[in-house]
Amino acid sequence: MWELIRINKRKSLFVLILMFILMVSLSGAIGAGFYAADWVTGMLWGALIGILIWAVQSAVAYFAGDDIVLHFNMAVVVTPESYPQLYNIVEEMKIAAGLAVMPEIYIVQSAGLNAFATGIRREKTAICVTSGLVENLTRDELQGVIAHEMSHILNRDVLFMTFAGVMLGTITMLSNVMLRGTVAANSNSRRSRKKGGFSGGHPVVILVILLFAILAPILARIFYFTISKKREYLADASAARLTRYPIGLASALQKIAKHSSVDFVSKITAPMFIVNPRFAGGDEDSLFAASTHPPIYKRIAILTQLQHGGKVSLENYQKIYEKELETSGLFSKTSLESDKSEAVRAESAEKITEFTESRKEVADVILANTGFKILTCECGLKIKLPPSDLRMKVVCPRCRKELSVSGESALAAENGGNELVFRRKNKNSWESFPCQCGNFTFQLSPLFRGTYAVCKRCGTKVKIEYPE
Amino acid sequence: MTFVLIFLVVVVVCALTLFAMYNKLVGLRNLVKNSWSQIDVQLKRRFDLIPNLVETAKGYMKHESETFIKVTEARAAAMSAINKGDVKEVGAAAANLDSALAKMMLTFENYPELKANQNFLALQEELTSTENKVAFARQAYNDAVMGYNNAVEMFPTNIVASMFSFKQSDFFEIEDKAEKQAPKVTF
Repeated sequence: MWELIRINKRKSLFVLILMFILMVSLSGAIGAGFYAADWVTGMLWGALIGILIWAVQSAVAYFAGDDIVLHFNMAVVVTPESYPQLYNIVEEMKIAAGLAVMPEIYIVQSAGLNAFATGIRREKTAICVTSGLVENLTRDELQGVIAHEMSHILNRDVLFMTFAGVMLGTITMLSNVMLRGTVAANSNSRRSRKKGGFSGGHPVVILVILLFAILAPILARIFYFTISKKREYLADASAARLTRYPIGLASALQKIAKHSSVDFVSKITAPMFIVNPRFAGGDEDSLFAASTHPPIYKRIAILTQLQHGGKVSLENYQKIYEKELETSGLFSKTSLESDKSEAVRAESAEKITEFTESRKEVADVILANTGFKILTCECGLKIKLPPSDLRMKVVCPRCRKELSVSGESALAAENGGNELVFRRKNKNSWESFPCQCGNFTFQLSPLFRGTYAVCKRCGTKVKIEYPE
Repeated sequence: MTFVLIFLVVVVVCALTLFAMYNKLVGLRNLVKNSWSQIDVQLKRRFDLIPNLVETAKGYMKHESETFIKVTEARAAAMSAINKGDVKEVGAAAANLDSALAKMMLTFENYPELKANQNFLALQEELTSTENKVAFARQAYNDAVMGYNNAVEMFPTNIVASMFSFKQSDFFEIEDKAEKQAPKVTF
């Protein structure tokens, strides 16, 4: 199974190398721009300085990165005595992953729900969770989250993303130097010309270099996010395979999505979190292009479908992934043959406290009596529709499956289903009801006295009847 | 002279590949062994936990002596199987113990006073976790066996494997009825 992940890593490595080439050529171009008189020497020096900056930053991250992150967040070490369940879960996942070294566990006091893994070196890894996470998730959900983080450690994503992050930082920095350098050179063009400054080259060459400096960070960001997103899906796939219980992670993601915001995140550490804490609570689709993480509902949808398939394997994850994202898969086809598929395991024996359970049931009964419609989706989520919601179809917020709302519709079919009729309850007030196509809402004003209303989207004619 | 040189290079390259393959096989076999010892460790830990749990529960559950006897018997059987070290036998005995324990856990549900006991709750979490660890250790073992068996069977490592008589390992399969049931999901 882990062989597969190594193969996938080669693809990410390719993108990383592209990024490296981008960085070197950018710093080379800057060098050439600054020393236009002898541009070959300038380019070589530029490239060398670029690599040096990257190497120094990487070395700092490599030797001190984890400690810096953990110290700044005032993370507290977890022992088997202080949080027995959390410790046990991490140990379980360590065994499942076949890791040689038990990662250190840290807890950060924060109401937000999130978790991240650090550990650039294999001998010293750590998983850090917020106290909110431990308090709000069930055992199975926590296990899913820990498995996801364990996969980041196992796949050496931390190392990968740190180097990529530092590279992105270096490219952004170089391009800033470049753009500022050009502006400064132009504003004191006389002085700088004497010194052989930036404006010394041919105007076309300078224009090309400038364009490059503007485009490089954008390109680097695209590369970076490509790697980052792929690795999230990979960690989800491995987590599902490790726990054999994909729905645990799915339901944890659902909870985390609402409260993932934590206040101790830097750009470089963001990809290590289970859900991107920097865009917490936002509409993920609109931020899609700028996000390090794939949209959470997609991740949940894949995991939910995997659970219902009954067999957990990387191959099945890949199939659903391909269907959901309409792209080619995470793993190569031939390499998947060597993976073992495992049956989905049973739910953990731990029960949600009876109090919460009964309280939920009572709340549902009350809601049902006040006219709420309660739908249960395949994925287990209960959707409660208020009486004012007249939609015939709703989309499950967790797995994005379309559900039809049973029960009385506002539209009644008459004459053997040929004609749709809406009976107004009160002709002297505003009334609205949705069309059967789901894309249009009829709105009838108190002054409306027509016999028919027509849907502006699908053209369905609806007969309007009035009370006596 | 050139011919000899080429011949030497070919021999050295062949020998190096052979070493690499042999080392890979040994590495995979060691992984299988380590994973097996992990199962061993976890099963033994469970054996140590059971008497504690039974002692704590006995005080509250006077009418369930039969359940306790079954668990204790299954534990003894599994322990002797482990000492023999046969993969298949351990699998069967562990499955027996699993079902006996599951039954005992179910009877706990009828004793609210027991579930209020802090000591008992801690023991129960330990037992749940140890059961998970056994299951995950088994999973990791099977993953390791899969990798090793593939290497033994597949070209080109199979040549080296047959030369040095690397044999395929057994999977650790247990019949677990609970795992085959359709998962119930409630939120």
